[in-house]
Amino acid sequence: MPVRVQTEDFDAGAEISHLRQSRRDVGAIVSFIGQVRDINEGDDIAALTLEHYPGMTENALENIVSQAKQRWGVFEALVIHRVGTLQPTDQIVLVVVSGAHRSEAFAACEFIMDYLKTEAPFWKKEKTQAGERWVDAKSSDDAARNRWNQISNKGNR
Amino acid sequence: MIKILYFARLKESLAKTSEDFELPYAIFTIASLRTLLSSRGEAWNREFGEGGNLRAAINYDVAREDSVIKDGDEVAFFPPVTGG
Repeated sequence: MPVRVQTEDFDAGAEISHLRQSRRDVGAIVSFIGQVRDINEGDDIAALTLEHYPGMTENALENIVSQAKQRWGVFEALVIHRVGTLQPTDQIVLVVVSGAHRSEAFAACEFIMDYLKTEAPFWKKEKTQAGERWVDAKSSDDAARNRWNQISNKGNR
Repeated sequence: MIKILYFARLKESLAKTSEDFELPYAIFTIASLRTLLSSRGEAWNREFGEGGNLRAAINYDVAREDSVIKDGDEVAFFPPVTGG
C-alpha cells in the first residue's frame, strides 16, 4: 500500500530500504520526515492531536501520489501519516520516493508534501499551557502548493 | 436522506459530529445546504454564513459550491486542513 494512515510509529529506515531494493533500476531515493515541535507561534507545545476524515484521507493521498508518479515518472512513492495524540519529537509523516535520478525524486517528494498539507483532510490540535487550540491553516502552504502550477516538470531547480 | 459529517473545530463549535438529513428538494447543492444550515442559530451562522471559512466534500471527494447533492450521499464540512 503506497498510503498508510495509522496511530503507530513508523520505521523510516525500513521503509527506505524496502523501496531501495524493490527494483534494480532505482538510482535515487528521497525521503521527508515531519515531526512534532515543542514550540509553535511562541508557545510551548505539550502535545499534538491529529484528527482526520477516514476514507477521504486515503483517497486524497492516493490521488496525490498518483499525480506525482505520473508527473515525474518516479518509480514508487510511499506516504505514512500518523493520527491520534503525539508528543514533541514524535514523527508525524513520512514520504519516500524512488526514481532513476535525484531531480525527479526531489521534485516529487516536495510536490507530495505541498499537496498533502493543503488537500489531505487532517487537522492538528495543540495542547499549550493555556489549553487546547486548533491550528490555523497557513497561506504560505497554499502558496507552496500553487507554485507547482507555474513550475515545469523538469525538476524545479 | 443524506449523512452530514462535521470535523475538527467545526464539530466542537456545533457540538455535533454527524447527522442524518432529509433533502428538501430534488436538486440541492452545497451552497443551498450551507444557506439552510447557517439559519440554525448563532454558532451555525458563524460557521456557514458569509464570514465562515469551510471546505466541503461529497462522498470523499472535494466539492464546490455548485456541486449537486443526491439522496444517499455523504456530505462533510470541515475547516481548511492542517496536516503534515
